[in-house]
Amino acid sequence: MDSALIPKGVKRCPIWQFALWIGANGAVLAWGVFAMLLVYIKGLNQTNMNNAYGFALWIWADLAVIALGGGAFFTGFLRYIVGKDELKSIINYAVLIGFICYSSALMILGFDIGQPLRGWFIFWHANVHSMLTEVAFCLTCYFGVLTIEYIPMVLENRKLDKIPFFHNLSHNMHEIMAVFAATGVFLSFFHQGSLGGVPGVLFGRPFGFREGVLVWPWTFFLFTWSAAAFGPCFTIFITKITETITRKKLVKDNVIDLLAKISGWMIFFYIIAKIIDTVYWASVTAPSKGFTFWDFYSSNPGSAYGIWILIAELGVCGVLPALILITPKLRQTQSFLWLAVFLGVLGVCLNRWVMVLQVLAIPVLPFENWFAYLPSWQEIATTILPVAYGIILISVSYRYLPIFPQERELNPIDEPGTAAEAAEAEAQPGGSGPEPELSPAES
Amino acid sequence: MEKKNAKKFGMVIDLDKCTGCGACMVACYAENNIPFREDDTDKMLSISWMHVYRLNNGKPFPDYEECFLPRPCQHCEGHHGHSPCVSVCPATATDYDMATGIVSQIYPRCFGCRYCMAACPYHVRQFNWWDPIWPDGMEQMLNPGVSVRMRGVVEKCSFCIQRYQAAKDQAYLEGRREIEEDEYQTACTQACPAGAITFGDLNNPEHAVHQLALPDPRHEGRSNNPLAFRLLERLGTNPKIYYLSSREWVRRAGDNYLKAEFKTKAHS
Repeated sequence: MDSALIPKGVKRCPIWQFALWIGANGAVLAWGVFAMLLVYIKGLNQTNMNNAYGFALWIWADLAVIALGGGAFFTGFLRYIVGKDELKSIINYAVLIGFICYSSALMILGFDIGQPLRGWFIFWHANVHSMLTEVAFCLTCYFGVLTIEYIPMVLENRKLDKIPFFHNLSHNMHEIMAVFAATGVFLSFFHQGSLGGVPGVLFGRPFGFREGVLVWPWTFFLFTWSAAAFGPCFTIFITKITETITRKKLVKDNVIDLLAKISGWMIFFYIIAKIIDTVYWASVTAPSKGFTFWDFYSSNPGSAYGIWILIAELGVCGVLPALILITPKLRQTQSFLWLAVFLGVLGVCLNRWVMVLQVLAIPVLPFENWFAYLPSWQEIATTILPVAYGIILISVSYRYLPIFPQERELNPIDEPGTAAEAAEAEAQPGGSGPEPELSPAES
Repeated sequence: MEKKNAKKFGMVIDLDKCTGCGACMVACYAENNIPFREDDTDKMLSISWMHVYRLNNGKPFPDYEECFLPRPCQHCEGHHGHSPCVSVCPATATDYDMATGIVSQIYPRCFGCRYCMAACPYHVRQFNWWDPIWPDGMEQMLNPGVSVRMRGVVEKCSFCIQRYQAAKDQAYLEGRREIEEDEYQTACTQACPAGAITFGDLNNPEHAVHQLALPDPRHEGRSNNPLAFRLLERLGTNPKIYYLSSREWVRRAGDNYLKAEFKTKAHS
């Protein structure tokens, strides 16, 4: 039924199967939208946030998806600025994942504020001293960049590409894509960093507060670094999930291997920096405010904020994936690669959780106690909403757009018509052959 | 920059006098049109600009002691006016006034991001989780000098700034440039039956608040009174609420100390 829209030379599941898949995810999406409407209509009393937890699940989700979406800017940086040509085979998917992450972050921010109709005040009455102002500006601009990077992929759709205007627009956009990639890197450096600055500048919250350089606390640099390090883990993780669901190999091993290796070394050096930061903070910064390291970790067995959380973040989800990914034999073993990227994704999410939730859980006034928080179902539904949205957008993009340039070569179809078409296309100068010389984002 | 002849309004609360009666809280509710709900038992969701903590020394009878600690906004000056909450607000909806030392909140500009709440270690910033609903007839009793707040914005103690405006207006009408000490007093100060709260200009040596707090301007307002302390002074928040107590465990309860520095843990 929709075969005319499906890229040439690739096989997709029957439409009924696709519709069922979209329908199931659509139901989850509808649940999230219902919760979102409740929040919009009734207000933030639909959440379990309170006066101690002004920031909670949503801000964590924001920080986490932005860190995970960091794969887009860092892969773009490696591809266009460092010149790692192999990554052209995964850059489209990295951009799509980044687009989903950033649009989700903006959506969450939309209902996370108490007066959504005043959201534009952050731009109009901007306070240049606030890290959140910088985040808002850069985030919005970078989302624009990601949209510009995603549009040519949409225009690559078989039907749209037949329209000369779209074909030429797409071509011309590809020509200048390196400029946008560089802009994205610049913007990402600042907003990822500013998100780190959000807890880092809170000198009234000794758990989050860090010294730093000029106006930038160390968390500014650590957040940018961790997004660049762990973002590619998420890109690989989602690619692997996509390959599992579609039961196809979509990206060649050498591409994954290169990205995994770079990610591994980035995590390795990040973890060293993070450990140094933690040691300095625990031994110098916190004591200067009257706190010991152990004041920040609950001694209650089974506590959400016991010392286990630090061990998990730095050790299990930091050092371990770094060691796996920098060891060629291990990262080339599929099970270890899966484990490493999963732990990496978990690690950066854990870091963002700690830097948002634990900062607020810890009592600062000596006569107060730890503060507890459990999200409401509305908060959970609205946090799952972007996941369902992401699955749907990936599914639709995968079905109708040439996201994976190596798919045809890796999954040849033995249909005479298709083979003839492929041969014909290969014979034509500038035509797209089974293995395009350039990826869709660059053709 | 601090203006010439700038005032620095602050407060001294004598904890030896405070009985924990809560009159300051009630007066604050009435003066500032603070909303409340029919069931306001969850104090993490309710709004109280002035909150009275109940501390104890953690010792068993007969050494058990209690202390009530009223906590309004600390109107932190930080370093050169960089109070923890003001610098983080992305929409400039809160301001540190160098002319008065008051940290203000602009309700119609606040869009409810709650970053200031995360920044404040004293929990003085509270969120309007609901729209205010006043009991029948109570709208008639609201203070016309204070705007009521809507759902989705943060609010906090303003040192009853409307009273300062009114006092200044009165002085202007009478041809005076300055107001007297007793012309501007906060509602909690006037309501305290024990006279535990003293309010005034910390920069003015003639004001009682200055004489009690003895702020040292060379050390960011640190008190020279051995019985005085400020909450969480070590964080560098530079608050303008000074507490007095003759009991050492109470004074130590105002800040965090390492074991080596003598730590007496207070309990709430």
